[in-house]
Amino acid sequence: MPTVLDSLNQSLHQLMDADERVVVLGEDILDPYGGAFKVTRGLSSRFPGRVFTTPISEAAIVGLASGLALRGLRPIAEIMFGDFLFLAGDQLINHAAKFRWMYNDEVRVPLVIRTPMGGRRGYGPTHSQSIEKHFMGAPGLWIVAPHVLSSPGELLRQATLECPDPVVFIESKTCYGRALLSGLPEMTTTVIADAESPFPTLLLRHEGVAEPDGLLWCYGGMVPHCVDAIQHLRAEEGLSMDMAILTQLSPVPFTHIRRILDEKTPALSVYVEEASVAHGWSAEVLAQVQEQMDPSSDRPIRHERIGAAYHPVASSRELEHASLPQVRDIVARVLECF
Amino acid sequence: MNILNETSTSAAPVRLDVCTRASSLREQYSLLVSIRRFEQSLLDLFASGVLAGTTHTCVGQETIAVGVMSAIDRDRDIVFSNHRGHGHFLAYCGEVERLYLEVTGRAGGVCGGRGGSQHLHYRNFYSNGVQGGIVPVATGMALAGKLTQTGGVTIVFLGDGTLGEGVVYESFNIAALWHLPIVFVIEHNGYAQSTPSALQVAGDVAARPRAFGIPTVECPAAAGATGVLACASRAVDAVRAGGGPQCLVCYTYRLAPHSKGDDHRSADEMSAAWARDPLIAARAAVADAAAADAIEREAGDRVNAARLRALAPAGAKA
Repeated sequence: MPTVLDSLNQSLHQLMDADERVVVLGEDILDPYGGAFKVTRGLSSRFPGRVFTTPISEAAIVGLASGLALRGLRPIAEIMFGDFLFLAGDQLINHAAKFRWMYNDEVRVPLVIRTPMGGRRGYGPTHSQSIEKHFMGAPGLWIVAPHVLSSPGELLRQATLECPDPVVFIESKTCYGRALLSGLPEMTTTVIADAESPFPTLLLRHEGVAEPDGLLWCYGGMVPHCVDAIQHLRAEEGLSMDMAILTQLSPVPFTHIRRILDEKTPALSVYVEEASVAHGWSAEVLAQVQEQMDPSSDRPIRHERIGAAYHPVASSRELEHASLPQVRDIVARVLECF
Repeated sequence: MNILNETSTSAAPVRLDVCTRASSLREQYSLLVSIRRFEQSLLDLFASGVLAGTTHTCVGQETIAVGVMSAIDRDRDIVFSNHRGHGHFLAYCGEVERLYLEVTGRAGGVCGGRGGSQHLHYRNFYSNGVQGGIVPVATGMALAGKLTQTGGVTIVFLGDGTLGEGVVYESFNIAALWHLPIVFVIEHNGYAQSTPSALQVAGDVAARPRAFGIPTVECPAAAGATGVLACASRAVDAVRAGGGPQCLVCYTYRLAPHSKGDDHRSADEMSAAWARDPLIAARAAVADAAAADAIEREAGDRVNAARLRALAPAGAKA
């Protein structure tokens, strides 16, 4: 199977080949370097007039993308490390995300900001964070995260050509080199997507298990860890944790959550994210799950959230490992519930 | 009330006549006075409690709006304005009634009342209210124009206060590196809100864009709309001819408060500034006092009509 990196790189080539409106900009993206994580490799050689290497100016990169998008192009910009999105915060929240609504829906801002997030590479406090939670909930801004069980390239195409609004596309830097998975053994996969929330949620259920022990919610770079955890729990502990993997982080895919709960309300609902959980993605999904519960139900859901320690990500390998959620943390927390 | 009755029967919103490079001094003066009347009426409407929220008027700076907007090609050029953008907007398109509707939050406003004073979009005109943030967006629009070969020039308005924002220099750098078709217009009114330039801008303002290799022309306040038009026309033509970005530093003075009543400048300073009001020179340039009086009357009536129509209860306009 191709890797996440292959999928994204091929998608960029196909997008630029098929649609002249697509332009790519970012720092250090020209060949032969091809970007810090090589996602843009080959583009500048093949499409020289439409690939722009920029100064170290993250705010301007996002501003340029807004200007290009407002005037009919389909810019895809790379921010080298997700941590640097804060430098473009005003551009994302006060400009790109607001234009469509405040201009009375008379404009569209179809841009994509791709950026790698997450730790486990020893890059330390300013190059390892998962800061997408700080941008979630901004009206007009979409946050989308591919994962190893999705088609990252197809999601990128969808974000670029089908979404009329700005999309922040969260890539996991530790997943670039991982092979894509078409599914999980002995689990059935349901794809949930609709017009309101077009970026698909995957629901993976253990085959032949009518009453699973719980449901685990996750996204992005935590997916491989969660897969290892539920496989371990199944094989070693006899516990069946189903999985819901979101790609649309914001706006929250309300209808997807509704459909999952309609199918089966779990007794245990576990939410896993790589950021600290405070004010985070898991808090919002948990709230949605709870709010959509039948208030007369006599079967309350037990909720458990798992995330990073509440301090910056350490540079030291040992400290970083201890501060980010690991497979064993997920396994241990689930076991505590039984 | 005749005006109200007459205009109420017409479906089209009241508009001002905009100026081009071919406009006469009288036409320029009419637009200058109209913008002045509009802005003063907003301050009055705030004072009387009819308007809520905030506004930033360009009283004293109208010549820059009229001069620069007269230089552009409205079919293909793009304008990105800022928090103090009513003059730019009116000089761009003349849609005075729809601007009244917008700042009063009505559905017939330019943006359906969603944007208000600082967040306007009409054809190729855009504005936003965060200092400096519009500059890279305008730079991206210029890049779009270059890539799609529209032949258009993008105009973006900054103030001397905006020069404190780092993203301005990111944009200067990229516009120069990529040779983009953009004109940066810095309206140097001597103040950032309440803070005089001496406390917030180091060195020479014009030296800043020049440091990026951007040709920069300084236009004195006394140049009036005609002088600004001459500077802006040369800049726009040079950019359109493929010469890369240009910058204009237009010296001016804000005669009204930063927003509504928040003005602590001395009476001496203000009276000296009013004595240099650019509309005095613009009126004198009309030469004929009776003609100038007529222009003022007509402009006042038209702005008044737009205001009355916009503020009339919804049923009264049916």
